[in-house]
Amino acid sequence: MTPFKPVLLEAVGVPDGHSIASYKSRGGYAPLEKVLAEKQPVDVVEMVKSSGLRGRGGAGFSTGLKWTFLPKDHPGPIYLCVNADESEPGTFNNRILMEDDPHQVIEGIILSSYATRASTAYIYLRYEYPQSWHRLQAAIDEAYAAGYLGKNIRGTTFSLDIYLHRGAAAYICGEETGLIESLEGKRAWPRIKPPFPAIEGLFRKPTVVNNIETMACVAQIARRGVDWFKSIGVPADPANPRDPGSYGPKLYCLSGHVEKPGCYEAPLGITARQLIDQFGGGVWKGRKAKAVIPGGISMGLMTESELDTPLDFAGPGKVGCLGLGTAAVVVIDDETSIVDFLHNSCRFFAHESCGQCTPCREGTSWSLRMLERIKAGQGRLRDLDLLLEIGTTMGMMPGSTICGLADGAAWPIKNAIKKFRGEFEDYIKRTNPSGWMVTDPVPALQIVGAH
Amino acid sequence: MPVVIVDGQEIEIGADERLNCIEAARRAGKEIPHYCWHPGLSVVASCRMCLIETGQRDAATGKVTMVPKLVPGCQTPVKDGTVIVTESQLVKDSRARVEEALLIDHPIDCPICDKAGECLLQDYHFEHGQAERRADLHPFTSRKRDVGPTVTLFVDRCIMCTRCVRFTREVSGTSELMVTSRGAKEEIDVFPGFPLDNKLAGNVVDLCPVGALGDKDFLYQQRVWFLKREANVCGGCSAGCSIHTEHNQDTVYRLKPRENPHVNTWWMCDDGRYGWHHLHDQSRVLAAGRRRDLRGNGHGTPGDAFETIEWADVVTRLRDDLKAAGRLAVAVSPMLTVEEAWMLCAIARSIDPEAFLSLGHVPVVGADETFPGGFTIRAEKCPNRKGVEEVLALYGAGGRSWDDLVAHVAAGKADAAWVTGGYPTPWIDDATAASFADLTCLVVQDLFESPLMKLATWRLPAAGFAERAGTWVNVAHHAQSFGQAIKPPAGVWPEGRLFWNMLGRRGLYDPVGVRQQIAGSAAPFAALAGDVPATGVDLRVRQLA
Repeated sequence: MTPFKPVLLEAVGVPDGHSIASYKSRGGYAPLEKVLAEKQPVDVVEMVKSSGLRGRGGAGFSTGLKWTFLPKDHPGPIYLCVNADESEPGTFNNRILMEDDPHQVIEGIILSSYATRASTAYIYLRYEYPQSWHRLQAAIDEAYAAGYLGKNIRGTTFSLDIYLHRGAAAYICGEETGLIESLEGKRAWPRIKPPFPAIEGLFRKPTVVNNIETMACVAQIARRGVDWFKSIGVPADPANPRDPGSYGPKLYCLSGHVEKPGCYEAPLGITARQLIDQFGGGVWKGRKAKAVIPGGISMGLMTESELDTPLDFAGPGKVGCLGLGTAAVVVIDDETSIVDFLHNSCRFFAHESCGQCTPCREGTSWSLRMLERIKAGQGRLRDLDLLLEIGTTMGMMPGSTICGLADGAAWPIKNAIKKFRGEFEDYIKRTNPSGWMVTDPVPALQIVGAH
Repeated sequence: MPVVIVDGQEIEIGADERLNCIEAARRAGKEIPHYCWHPGLSVVASCRMCLIETGQRDAATGKVTMVPKLVPGCQTPVKDGTVIVTESQLVKDSRARVEEALLIDHPIDCPICDKAGECLLQDYHFEHGQAERRADLHPFTSRKRDVGPTVTLFVDRCIMCTRCVRFTREVSGTSELMVTSRGAKEEIDVFPGFPLDNKLAGNVVDLCPVGALGDKDFLYQQRVWFLKREANVCGGCSAGCSIHTEHNQDTVYRLKPRENPHVNTWWMCDDGRYGWHHLHDQSRVLAAGRRRDLRGNGHGTPGDAFETIEWADVVTRLRDDLKAAGRLAVAVSPMLTVEEAWMLCAIARSIDPEAFLSLGHVPVVGADETFPGGFTIRAEKCPNRKGVEEVLALYGAGGRSWDDLVAHVAAGKADAAWVTGGYPTPWIDDATAASFADLTCLVVQDLFESPLMKLATWRLPAAGFAERAGTWVNVAHHAQSFGQAIKPPAGVWPEGRLFWNMLGRRGLYDPVGVRQQIAGSAAPFAALAGDVPATGVDLRVRQLA
């Protein structure tokens, strides 16, 4: 594999790399001026579409295609929402971009707004990122001063205002319609679809919601061209007509039990093992990996034997994971209990479920209670079947919920129990020698006295 | 016509109808269970009880393509060729799981819950749930708190359908209720200092599919399975909301709105909802009485001054007294039914062919109040002004108001007056009543004592709204016929029964027969011929036709 020179992370380590002067010295904003002078919005849409850029937020939907869903000749306003509510456990690539190279993001937002004919863009920022908040706001102010934002940018008829909105620390605000509701000042309960945001989104107007990293990619495509972008990554599988390919560089967030955790840029399609060994310096303390989360906790688990799976948009799905997600790779070493992992995962989703749909609200909470009971030494083998049933019936894919949070909660449960059932059974038999075989309904946990 | 296929059964729907799967399936006689969906509120599709399988039949080939996952019936519109499957194993399993999930945090305190017996959670669990409880049992709790002066929230019973929250946002427009917290810990609540106290607040109790929202007025008063319900019309204002009067052993326990797309849709106001207590007020006039001496000897308390007269004697002696007195003036109360008003006018004219007829007092409080959802509470606090006016017009007394009658009497143009009332609240002051002081014979027929009744020669009890049968015409000319819900208290004859007997009719008072007689003889009421549907008829529409 040829050494890959970071593009999106080019400013990392550059002194004052977050300033507009530094960004321009690296060639920034010149592509924007060129586009504004020479191209029509449809050309930009076509450019992004032909680059094969897929959204970096988690679902991996084609960005250019998403833009074409906007109604033609709409009188406006059309809104662009940039999703910076980065709350998927293990994920921090947006944070690096916003803190170290905010102008790259802003240039991408301006280009995307131009393409979608949006004159207002909102950045929905995760509450827990104060540094990003300061850096982004400073960068927005710089961009206004330099004439890249505001009325009639660079003498064209195109105007754009960017508003930086700070969320209140809820995972569900990262769901695109939850984000829209939250921006409108409401409780972030994801909306039922249809209508999709492209038709009726923020303030009931056509809206595009894109991720921060997607915006940075748009800026790089404008700067380096479609061919450069398509030269990186994994081409479409000719055997699968529904696979649009996974092109471009990707920021992988490597964390957990590795020697050198961090955010690394690599071409899409690098395998988990390569990522851990080449970038992460291997599993820590000389241990072996037991499991690896491919892209944020909601994507499920890969076992050690599945580590050669390429981390592109299609790869993790082939080993029973939900997808690439945010490409946040979390390594779990062989001395960690998978029961603990699942307990932690269930606790997160029970806490973050918005509570709108019954299967998710009660399913996440019930699975947490079962895990708490198992951890308290009151587990039964039957609980594993119940957990698996919850895991397979909860979510958008079986159709039982409005948004994908439940799928994200279900996948770790499903993967952990299917792939590590033996360990769960051993744990239950060991900690509950007298009751593991009971199949009757169990008494209340409070009587057990745990938690 | 578009055709929808429900469990293999083809149902035609109107070309312009916008139905969802729940409504379409209902046409085929299939009930898709649902909690959060309500036709009067926005769709949130969050309870997931109405998950079904759907598909599309290709018009050309007849081939059916199914959606590969479950979809909410409430959120899925039907069109030509839509296939709905409500009873597949997948659907049944899904319903059982939703039921199971809803019961995880539910206290299952049915024995002490007011909703038991009319609870969707009970009904659906019986029909769609599973016998075994697989979830970890939770200790029984029954936390409750007031969310407003009339409503108590039983926190743990709530299944988070958010119907109540949406009602306060979309219909009453007052937005008192909200959801707090997240996930399984979320609760319905109000903001401190902003209680649920709008005039439509009681509707949230009706909307609640479980026992989470309790009506303090009804709480612990009666188990619902003892209640009998009669389709009635609210007499609280001229909107004439369709209601169910729910009663047991001639005692009303609560009123519920009855769905009527022409009048009140699904709602009623709290003034109407709690406006039945006067029916059981101990201070009601409960017997027919005649003053012991006909004039000039009215000293002492009113109770002492009157001699109770048997109703059979009232029928003849009242007529005799009025005839003997001379020129008659009659106030026809807007609380009377069309049938009663018509009979009263007939009696009046049979006693004195020149009798002065007018509308009775029309109570008005404030101004009409319209809520963002379109519901209007009328300022006119009587149910049948339009109906009585139409009847008066038939007798050549159209347009005459209560003030005209007072002026007529004050001017000494009458020797006798018969004032009908039926007003649940005080309605006449001493000064107005004084105009009637010099009459030879004054008949006052009302629910309660009043300055006017103090002067009466004849004191007659009136019936309350649930004790009447007949027809009321609301402010929009919409006529609704209804039956008697409860018997009046012992000693009280509803007006219709007295009038019926005074007209010399035989047998029991037959309001339907009287209505058909009116409809057959008077063009403005032609629409009331035959059976009147439960939702009523618009009198004007039939006239135009």
